[in-house]
Amino acid sequence: MKYEVLNYNDTRSGFGEGLFELGRENKNVVALCADLIGSLKMNAFVEAFPERFFQVGIAEANMIGMAAGLATGGKIPFTGTFANFSTSRVYDQIRQAVAYSGKNVKICASHAGITLGEDGATHQVLEDFAMMKALPGMTIINPCDFNQTKKATKAIADFDGPVYLRFGRPKVATFIPEDMPFEIGKAIVLKEGTDVTIIATGHLVWEALLAADILEEKGVNAEVVNIHTIKPLDEEAVLKSAKKTGCVVTAEEHNIMGGLGESISGLLSRAMPTPVEMVAVNDSFGQSGTPDQLMELYGLKDKNIVEAAEKVMSRK
Amino acid sequence: MRLKNIILFSKLFSMSTTQELQAVATQVRRDIIRMVHGASSGHIGGSLSSADYLVALHFEMMDHTPEPFDMTGANQDVFILSNGHISPLYYSVLARSGYFPVKELATFRKIHSRLQGHPATMEKLPGIRIASGSLGQGLSVAIGVSRAKKLNNDDKLVYCLMGDGELDEGQPWEAIAYCGSKNVDNIIAAIDYNHKQIDGDTDDVMPLLDLRAKFEAFGWDVLECNGNDMAEVVSTLNKAKELTGKEKPVMLLLHTEMGMGVDFMMHTHKWHGIPPNDEQTAKALAQLEETLGDY
Repeated sequence: MKYEVLNYNDTRSGFGEGLFELGRENKNVVALCADLIGSLKMNAFVEAFPERFFQVGIAEANMIGMAAGLATGGKIPFTGTFANFSTSRVYDQIRQAVAYSGKNVKICASHAGITLGEDGATHQVLEDFAMMKALPGMTIINPCDFNQTKKATKAIADFDGPVYLRFGRPKVATFIPEDMPFEIGKAIVLKEGTDVTIIATGHLVWEALLAADILEEKGVNAEVVNIHTIKPLDEEAVLKSAKKTGCVVTAEEHNIMGGLGESISGLLSRAMPTPVEMVAVNDSFGQSGTPDQLMELYGLKDKNIVEAAEKVMSRK
Repeated sequence: MRLKNIILFSKLFSMSTTQELQAVATQVRRDIIRMVHGASSGHIGGSLSSADYLVALHFEMMDHTPEPFDMTGANQDVFILSNGHISPLYYSVLARSGYFPVKELATFRKIHSRLQGHPATMEKLPGIRIASGSLGQGLSVAIGVSRAKKLNNDDKLVYCLMGDGELDEGQPWEAIAYCGSKNVDNIIAAIDYNHKQIDGDTDDVMPLLDLRAKFEAFGWDVLECNGNDMAEVVSTLNKAKELTGKEKPVMLLLHTEMGMGVDFMMHTHKWHGIPPNDEQTAKALAQLEETLGDY
């Protein structure tokens, strides 16, 4: 593997560092939090820029509305709470006051997916891509490690428009080199290959690289494409890779309904019919457990991607 | 700017400010009836009950620049409408105060219009800063605008109007709590307290109980007035303004009558959201003098 594990860190800490740096660099950046400063790693921003931080209490709907108002007034608000409370809890507020109103609000969502772990399904949102994808004009970004999350956090401040930034709780491998460029809407080909394309996002990107190693040992040359921007989808990159390999596996920590896999297969069926297999949660809620146990139980590990790759190659 | 018309009008008839504002409100009420009749849809009842307040705000109280429209509202007073269904009123007041041509009121709710059924920003209608329609969201947005003003050392105010019915929602109470608990003192909020909502009287649908006590318990200064008496509305708004900047949010309870200005539309909830037919329109307009010229 050409990527080495630089360290193990949580993506939410990448967000926290990025937000703190933004606070120093851009006086228009403000932050709001619904009683989860520590969980979102917003402490550094809060301590350094108290006048630009708004603690709203456990009142997410008010937080989204306030963010829309701050954006109206020319600020760049970053809201912070868990992914479930950043989406399903406040969908109507986001729909009307942020997306439909075209406000420059950055909805920053931690503890996404089943890797939130022991808190269980009440907190493990697996539907957020689906909800956010359906909103016209919403940009959705799901970075894969600490470094990419930090870069994404900083990039969205320079982007004018509503953004949903999704990251997670557990410490995972940091493997994206610090100097790797990050551009909203541009996929990254992490490993070139010719036999099968693995398109992965978030925590599944590392699993995809591990899967590519396993496939390599089996004589299969897999291409690994990191889609960090779920919407707008980098269609050119997807079509280019699918054309080269002739089959695609998608991998995401999300319900199979309404996720990245559906976006990819929708694109391919319209533009270039290609066999697709999806590694995702199979239309179920999560449950309590350690992140690793849950990734195993819901079939989101490297071995699941390998199986999907073998299956999709047989369909070529 | 349309304000010139009003100045001309007042010179011609040497009217007092209150009479001028009443004249504007009467024309605005005509606009509301004609717009909803023209679109065969829209919300007359609440538009008529809030008309005096919105006219007083835009033609007397607020320091605002209709043209060129600045979305940020920097160094101006900003108004945020929470109960977006009173869009006929809002559009009429915006047009008559110079945000966009009065003749555009004829496009209300029609295809390709900037005057959507409920206020929206997407069509870039000057004056609209946030979409509203799904209820209960406006005060939160107003807080955000007010916080931006504080950060910018902008001492202008943010006004927010809510319907009484939308206080059934949860979000207004999150926002009401925030303002009181966090000493938001550059907002003047108002409730159009007409005691009516779609299914009937608020006392039947979801009693609001002692609203004044509720707001005071949440840390607000509360003023009350007859929201359909122009002189009282203006004097109460002036009192409200004096209460700003004192580390407490200010709430106006506007005691109003749904359908105010048209006798057969008053004392009932049934004109909340239905259009008048030709005959009813003629009957309503006969009660509302054309003071500034119809669009």
